[in-house]
Amino acid sequence: MKDFIIPGQAGAWGNGIQDETDRGTPAATGAPVTLTIDGMEITVPAGTSVMRAASEAGIQVPKLCATDSLEAFGSCRLCAVEIDGRRGTPASCTTPVHAGMKVHTQTAKLRKLRKGVMELYISDHPLDCLTCAANNDCELQDMAGAVGLRDVRYKAPESAPLANHFEARDTSGAANPEWLPKDDSNPYFTYDASKCIVCNRCVRACEEVQGTFALTIEGRGFDSRVAVGAENFMASDCVSCGACVQACPTATLQEKSVIELGTPDRSVVTTCAYCGVGCSFKAEMQGDQLVRMVPYKHGKANRGHSCVKGRFAYGYASHSDRILNPMIRDSVDQPWKEVSWEEALGFAAKKLVGLQAKYGQKSIGVITSSRCTNEETYLVQKLTRAVFGNNNTDTCARVCHSPTGYGLGQTFGTSAGTQDFDSVEKSDVIIVIGANPTDGHPVFASRLRKRLRQGAKLIVVDPRRIDLLQTPHMGEGHHLPLRPGTNVAVVSALSHVIVTEGLMDETFINARCDLDAWEDYKAFISEDRHAPEATEALTGVSAETLRQAARAFATGGNGAIYYGLGVTEHSQGSTTVMAIANLAMMTGNIGREGVGVNPLRGQNNVQGSCDMGSFPHEFPGYRHVKTDEARQMFERVWGVSLDAEPGLRIPNMLDAAVDGTFKGLYCQGEDILQSDPDTKHVAAGLAAMDCVIVHDLFLNETANYAHVFLPGSTFLEKDGTFTNAERRINRVRKVMAPKNGYADWEVTQMLANAVLKETGGGRWTYTHPAEIMDEIAATTPSFAGVDYALLEAEGSVQWPCNEEHPIGTPLMHVDGFMRGKGRFIVTEYIPTDEKTGPRFPLLLTTGRILSQYNVGAQTRRTKNSLWHDQDLLEIHPHDAENRGLKDGDWVRLASRSGETSLRAKVTDRVSPGVVYTTFHHPDTQANVITTEYSDWATNCPEYKVTAVQVAASNGPSEWQQTYSAQAEKSRRIAAAE
Amino acid sequence: MTNDKMILMANQIAAFFNTQPGVDQARGVAQHIKDFWEPRMIAQLRAYLAEGGQGLDPLVIEAATVL
Ligand code: SF4
Ligand code: SF4
Ligand code: SF4
Ligand code: FES
Repeated sequence: MKDFIIPGQAGAWGNGIQDETDRGTPAATGAPVTLTIDGMEITVPAGTSVMRAASEAGIQVPKLCATDSLEAFGSCRLCAVEIDGRRGTPASCTTPVHAGMKVHTQTAKLRKLRKGVMELYISDHPLDCLTCAANNDCELQDMAGAVGLRDVRYKAPESAPLANHFEARDTSGAANPEWLPKDDSNPYFTYDASKCIVCNRCVRACEEVQGTFALTIEGRGFDSRVAVGAENFMASDCVSCGACVQACPTATLQEKSVIELGTPDRSVVTTCAYCGVGCSFKAEMQGDQLVRMVPYKHGKANRGHSCVKGRFAYGYASHSDRILNPMIRDSVDQPWKEVSWEEALGFAAKKLVGLQAKYGQKSIGVITSSRCTNEETYLVQKLTRAVFGNNNTDTCARVCHSPTGYGLGQTFGTSAGTQDFDSVEKSDVIIVIGANPTDGHPVFASRLRKRLRQGAKLIVVDPRRIDLLQTPHMGEGHHLPLRPGTNVAVVSALSHVIVTEGLMDETFINARCDLDAWEDYKAFISEDRHAPEATEALTGVSAETLRQAARAFATGGNGAIYYGLGVTEHSQGSTTVMAIANLAMMTGNIGREGVGVNPLRGQNNVQGSCDMGSFPHEFPGYRHVKTDEARQMFERVWGVSLDAEPGLRIPNMLDAAVDGTFKGLYCQGEDILQSDPDTKHVAAGLAAMDCVIVHDLFLNETANYAHVFLPGSTFLEKDGTFTNAERRINRVRKVMAPKNGYADWEVTQMLANAVLKETGGGRWTYTHPAEIMDEIAATTPSFAGVDYALLEAEGSVQWPCNEEHPIGTPLMHVDGFMRGKGRFIVTEYIPTDEKTGPRFPLLLTTGRILSQYNVGAQTRRTKNSLWHDQDLLEIHPHDAENRGLKDGDWVRLASRSGETSLRAKVTDRVSPGVVYTTFHHPDTQANVITTEYSDWATNCPEYKVTAVQVAASNGPSEWQQTYSAQAEKSRRIAAAE
Repeated sequence: MTNDKMILMANQIAAFFNTQPGVDQARGVAQHIKDFWEPRMIAQLRAYLAEGGQGLDPLVIEAATVL
């Protein structure tokens, strides 16, 4: 990172920025050591470099190849120091401190040496600083100043061939063989080799921070340069995480946005609005223009790293497709009419109140968004409970992690992951089940890969050979390529091996778990039918591989389990979550660093939306609506009486709509038509409603069935908090005014007030999300200690945060489970009703890829589409050949729900009998294929298993064509009168 | 919701509790339904049971007595 510190903007709660001085090398953790630097005594942990110690004493030793996100390398020699009693001038970045050491950073000898070093660098560097994109944000420039360089003596004689890398031609017009043209193939940054000082920071960032190993230094001496191992960056292994750009001290690797707009003048810390990792970023601004997003080094989830989405894919926020004015229409075949906010809200409120009068209080409901803030989600569920007077609230977590809530709630007593992300640094064996972190949770994947490179073992349970298995320089890896739908059988077989081979942690079980439940479970799991040899034919996982994996997990030290939607989105999703919890408990892998059960949450605020009471059966803080104490407390705070019966879940809402008893929906920031299973059923449900209010950035697919459109605001345009997969509550800070006029919490408040005006109720009067958070804290025990002042002071906190844990709880269940004793639950494998047969002989499973996000509404409106412009169907060469299919062919994908067409990708990443696709593009309509089958406990749809047939096709299916005609018609906006 | 879908959902719940140790499986099913099903879904189940409850797992039928 160019050490460019720009002033922050102090908002009502500050900009969140802490000291960002680059101390040159990473912090160490050893015992205290005292030394003297330039006469000043300083005490630092053993293992600290002299450079870092000096920096902590306030002395910045000049440096080029060192930066504190990377291990020291010692190549530039600019950081030389003198040490009493030691010969020569050692590099301070690679020299560790010793007790009593006396260091001098400024002597005549050092000054001369540094000037010489800089002179050499500058002699091979273009002197176009004033027009360079990194002007004022360049470490080379800074160092030239710091060492007092005033003159460069080295110049090539005019007659000689050019001995530099930066001039394309010499004065005679002859080409300079050392010069390389700028590589601007990546949509977000450029590589201008003429400015490279070959400091190796980019190469090390790609290796150490990102773990991709896309870059190397080729050649030696004067000929050495950065190489991408391909024609250009775009054609290489680079995944565009930006770590190299961040690390580059010059303009060699430079964001295109900075080249275009210039350097930013203020900066505000905020949180990525994409995935559940919840990376902290600095939004660097010029006025209200976002210049770039830079990962924030003090971000506790990401520790200064980022992925292509959070770092670069923010262009959707200013995309011309954004709808900025409210719109209404009486029926969905009419074009939209733009109206004032007042008219739109009045129209919506009258319809909702009218529907309740006609069809009953429970005929309307809401869907909260896992993309919106905690405060916004809290208000949306409050709208239905306190204003509509029912519990018809649900969230897209229904379709992803609802089984996590149920499964972990039953076994441990809380609906959340047990660890923080830092914990992975202490793990020795890591199981990843049904998750693809390099694509879905990239920054966490980088941290995990780092641990794998240090020797931790990896066990992947997944039908596909995910990229994590190809981590460069990793140690032992096991892949259990199971048949989709057999998770319970595989996890139970792992437990069977552990129990029958006596590898469990009896001390932990005896001390921490319910022993009656354990005895029942032990008897159950010890039965021979759970042995890997018995389940091999069913699961497709070889018994020997499974046994080895089980032994590795039980005996390999700290064992951690990370899982994703490949676990939850099954008819036995909740059972698999319980099986995972059993596995962690029996091996004693709960309650300390390096272990635990960790759901990798899909969207930025899935955890938060669940915490905030989005589910129809529970209030904020996971308290069932029938619990008198919780309900009466909310009745007191909200001043209304509340429904004590659970409300409808999303699939139930759609069913009730088709039945004619559910007529109105306020859907905030979700696109259920594209994201939910069995598209035709969703469409039928929406079409049967009389008032669908879509509150979103874009006219999404659901809006094709909407009567009211309320424009939404992006995460850049509002204050609030997101809670990531580690239960970390991170601040979202407003860096610009909402382009649509209002933050989403304000829109919900205006809608509530419009309805209350009709019904004669009171008014909501929140003036800032901080007040909403105060209400959350006052009503929700696990948030009792949270307020914006604390978040400002701490940066972020992990709930529970209350009197007992005033600055939050990084690790859960340390001294006992939330429910008291951990509860083993018998997890019988029950095959899904979705079965292959002669008509549908293949199993379809779905997933996502790195550059796109969920339904793609955001990322498709950025240059990320250059990496993935369409969904493809992965099919094994054997299955492709049987059907006469070649790579790139159009294929027809059919299930008993429907059919769609897309292009095939022939690959052995999937096993024979299994096909795989993503669902990022609406025209693919992958969910036309998925069925209504769902998790037994939570109705979470079974996205991951659908019996299908694949055949050659010549283009889009009839449904795709009809749908796109209908969508086009529905998106018309009438010209203003 | 169609009766077929309701039967499927109820039977899935029964299938889980059927595998649980102890003697209170029916109560488990009933409790689960009470905790997660909206009243009109429960009403539909009751109405269907009144018509004979064909296709429902015996455990669901037993559970309905304590619903
Ligand atoms: S952007 Fe990331 S993946 Fe690409 S070369 Fe740079 S560090 Fe490596
Ligand atoms: S591209 Fe930047 S970081 Fe990489 S070697 Fe060149 S100057 Fe250093
Ligand atoms: S890993 Fe997730 S939170 Fe972090 S930058 Fe990428 S999308 Fe955003
Ligand atoms: S900064 Fe120490 S050798 Fe480059």
